Amino acid sequence: MNAPLTAKDFATDQEVRWCPGCGDYAILKCVQKTLADIEANPDKTVFVSGIGCSSRFPYYMNAYGFHTIHGRAPAFATGLKIANPELDIWLVTGDGDGLSIGGNHLLHVLRRNVDMQIMLFNNEIYGLTKGQFSPTSRPGTRSPSTPAGSIDSPVNPCAFALGANARFIARSIDTDAKNLSPVLKAAREFKGAAFIEIFQNCIVYNKDRFEDFVAKKTAADTQLHVEHGKPLLFAKGEKGLKLNTQTLTLEIVDVGETGVPVEEVLVHDETNLAIANLLVHLPMGEFPMPLGVIYRNPAQSFDDAFWQHHPTQGKRTGKVADALRKGSVWKKG
Amino acid sequence: MAKITPENSSVVVRFAGDSGDGVQLLGSQFAESTALAGSDFSTFPDFPAEIRAPVGTTFGVSAFQINLGARRISTAGDQPDVLVALNPAALKVNLPLLQKGALIVLNADAFNDRNFAKAHIVADPRKTGELDDYQVIEIAISTQTLEAVKPHGLSKSDAEQCKNFWALGAVLWMFGRDRQPIIDWAHKKFAKKPPEILTGNLAALDAGHSYAETAELSAEIPQFAIGEAPMEKGEYRSITGAEALSLGLAAAGELADRQIVFCGYPITPASSILHHLSRMGDLGVATFQAEDEIAAACAAIGASYGGSIGVTSSSGPGIALKTEAIGLAIATELPMVIVNSQRGGPSTGLPTKTEQSDLYQAVYGRNADAPMPVIAAYSPGDCFDAAIEATRTAIRHMTPVFLLTDGYIANAAGPWALPDMGAYEPIKANPAPKAPQSDDPDDLKKAIWKRDEKSLGRPWVAPGMEGLTHRIGGIEKDIETGDISYDAANHQAMSELRARKVASVADFIPDQTIEQGPEKGSLVVVGWGSTHGAIWRAVTVANEEGLNVAQVHLRWLNPLPKNLKSLLSNYDRILLPEMNMGQCATLLRDKLELDVVKLNKVSGQPFKIVEITDAIRENLPGAKQAAE
Repeated sequence: MNAPLTAKDFATDQEVRWCPGCGDYAILKCVQKTLADIEANPDKTVFVSGIGCSSRFPYYMNAYGFHTIHGRAPAFATGLKIANPELDIWLVTGDGDGLSIGGNHLLHVLRRNVDMQIMLFNNEIYGLTKGQFSPTSRPGTRSPSTPAGSIDSPVNPCAFALGANARFIARSIDTDAKNLSPVLKAAREFKGAAFIEIFQNCIVYNKDRFEDFVAKKTAADTQLHVEHGKPLLFAKGEKGLKLNTQTLTLEIVDVGETGVPVEEVLVHDETNLAIANLLVHLPMGEFPMPLGVIYRNPAQSFDDAFWQHHPTQGKRTGKVADALRKGSVWKKG
Repeated sequence: MAKITPENSSVVVRFAGDSGDGVQLLGSQFAESTALAGSDFSTFPDFPAEIRAPVGTTFGVSAFQINLGARRISTAGDQPDVLVALNPAALKVNLPLLQKGALIVLNADAFNDRNFAKAHIVADPRKTGELDDYQVIEIAISTQTLEAVKPHGLSKSDAEQCKNFWALGAVLWMFGRDRQPIIDWAHKKFAKKPPEILTGNLAALDAGHSYAETAELSAEIPQFAIGEAPMEKGEYRSITGAEALSLGLAAAGELADRQIVFCGYPITPASSILHHLSRMGDLGVATFQAEDEIAAACAAIGASYGGSIGVTSSSGPGIALKTEAIGLAIATELPMVIVNSQRGGPSTGLPTKTEQSDLYQAVYGRNADAPMPVIAAYSPGDCFDAAIEATRTAIRHMTPVFLLTDGYIANAAGPWALPDMGAYEPIKANPAPKAPQSDDPDDLKKAIWKRDEKSLGRPWVAPGMEGLTHRIGGIEKDIETGDISYDAANHQAMSELRARKVASVADFIPDQTIEQGPEKGSLVVVGWGSTHGAIWRAVTVANEEGLNVAQVHLRWLNPLPKNLKSLLSNYDRILLPEMNMGQCATLLRDKLELDVVKLNKVSGQPFKIVEITDAIRENLPGAKQAAE
């Protein structure tokens, strides 16, 4: 009997070249560990990436890997999935790669529901090109290209994904393996495009950008770990989110003796698009950061539909020699 | 006018009308009938970029030209001998193309003030004397059609739509053709329509035929007797370049025993390939309409990485978008076929008009030193073989390959001798290695990147294969292990390897041959791509005049055949007609240091034979004076 797989079985001989302290290390380790836990087969696993710091990821995974071009990984992965639907594809992208140059492809891979896991490392900055503001940077971000502060309104990755009709949306934090690993497992089990936004700390160009809700000390008050069928509680159950049925918005309420009974707290239903919309649009800072599987509502995946709709399910049943003779053929001599 | 008799070996007919008049259907059915009559032919649909331009305008005129004859026909013909014009705009646009003395058949019903205004015609051309040099037959085609279909209960607009069938009926009589094959075809075509559509159109067809046959008119309407053309024994069908290219890709998949994954994005005139292939699922073809040109190219690379044959297709502007992805396929040494149905440019340019102006783009148009093989199809039928050769080369050398065609070849049709599928060699991929039993990870990497000595193609390893996991990408890689390498000497070696790989294609392609004419002499006409037909005819005519000219037609543009330079050096002068500003001329100077006399045409229209014969005379010492 083979020994159980470990994270090491998914590591390569390549020296990891991210900056010391980069959040990518934690994600890499968590992914390696998760693949070992679920006994993934490296021969059938492919990591596909675009361009950016995050996109070096495939080189460090002992599986098949393809480092493509800027923003285009979703399109590449779609072609690969068509060619071999049995492959387990993991897409690695960042906020610049996935939402700026590759925004179009991300839109389409999500709406088509191509079966793969899409990990978007969001650090709100361009790392590899040395610190320019990105499409998720908050307005006023001072960067080499915006010395007076950026003016663009940022894109909200999960809201974008919902808008693109994604059927699986989750959020996690680079160093929080306890949350990230189950999210990765759920994403892999999902048949379709599973979108995961991972808050990633770029310690060189955007250090501690997410400290408000990442910091361990205050995490209980600033993080909302959502779970299907359970009330949206945080702060050790002392606070919760209640739906204001007049304004159709969420409100923070105290729960328990001094506040409302827990029954009044909104129960998370991961198949409910309206709840997902409320959660991904919660204003940062005022509200705790929702983490975990926010939306999961399966539908037929693109790759299934693609081959089901193919006239012969991908089998070669006809002969070119016969096809040439369809229509009117005449003889000479 | 000169009565066309069996002695006249060919005749050029042009049908023209409004975009909504069904002119393309009229023309293609006449071509089908020509095929069944055994004559050789070549067709050229000439339609506007607008989907449905305002009715009656000059920019809404759609035309279909066919050259048919009892001899080998190589182009759609220089100047029409017969014009069927369904409205005044069609006459206005096409009159300048006609041979003096040509026969013009007009739809008299359409010659009214309203239509003159739409076409910006000041005075009725029938009365100004501008038609004096032609033989004009006026027929009230609309009235005749409405009359004929009346019993079938069609609406007025549906009834009017039958006038192309009426005109077809008349033309079939002029050429002594059997109506039955058209009737059979119409039964299939209108099978799902209300029955009166079929009966109405057939009534119009019969009425047009009877009208032309009617005793008092047949004296006026000439009849043409075009005999059978000598062709080699075999089975023939009519085919357009786009159809042949699609079947060729399917054939390549069959020969390689792999799935074709064709990834495209709609663009004129390349879309028809996507349409044809999307109906070839049973032949092992899958089609994916991507969100844009870039995605189409990337998905094709993904498919090839996955072990299928990734193909993408577009026209110049779309190819420009795919360029970065093509570089990725070069860097990762994956097979891929990129079809370019060239059209007029730059930018959006002339979407429906033909040009050969993407040769630079194919041979040189990428960042960095990124060579790739380029093959150009020279006729509709040749698209089939060129598609197979492009795929074979891509798989043998593990490289993307450009397959050039153009708007003319894509839409033009002619008889095609059906190939024997058994005569093609199977397409073999460089097999994946066995996973080495070794603790050194480099042993596996080296096996994966061990390239064939002759073709420099690497093994085609696809995810899913056991024990062969590895990582690739667009970053420069170590020549032996495939690991990321920024090493200076390695990049030099990799750049040289990529150049040698493409150069090695020349070891696998046939030597250049001379198509006609002497092996050495004063003039050779060199061409590539769709100019083949016009050049062939021009050189044939010149040689019939006793001018002793040779013809050489290139199929591989990169690399060029190894013997090309020595072969061309046997002539004092090289004439190179091409539908661009001199791109192949640059290529021959760059690669072979040969100077040529350029003959360039970028009017959106194919070459006329006479344009090339004139240039031949210009460039033959003594011939010009003799001609004068």
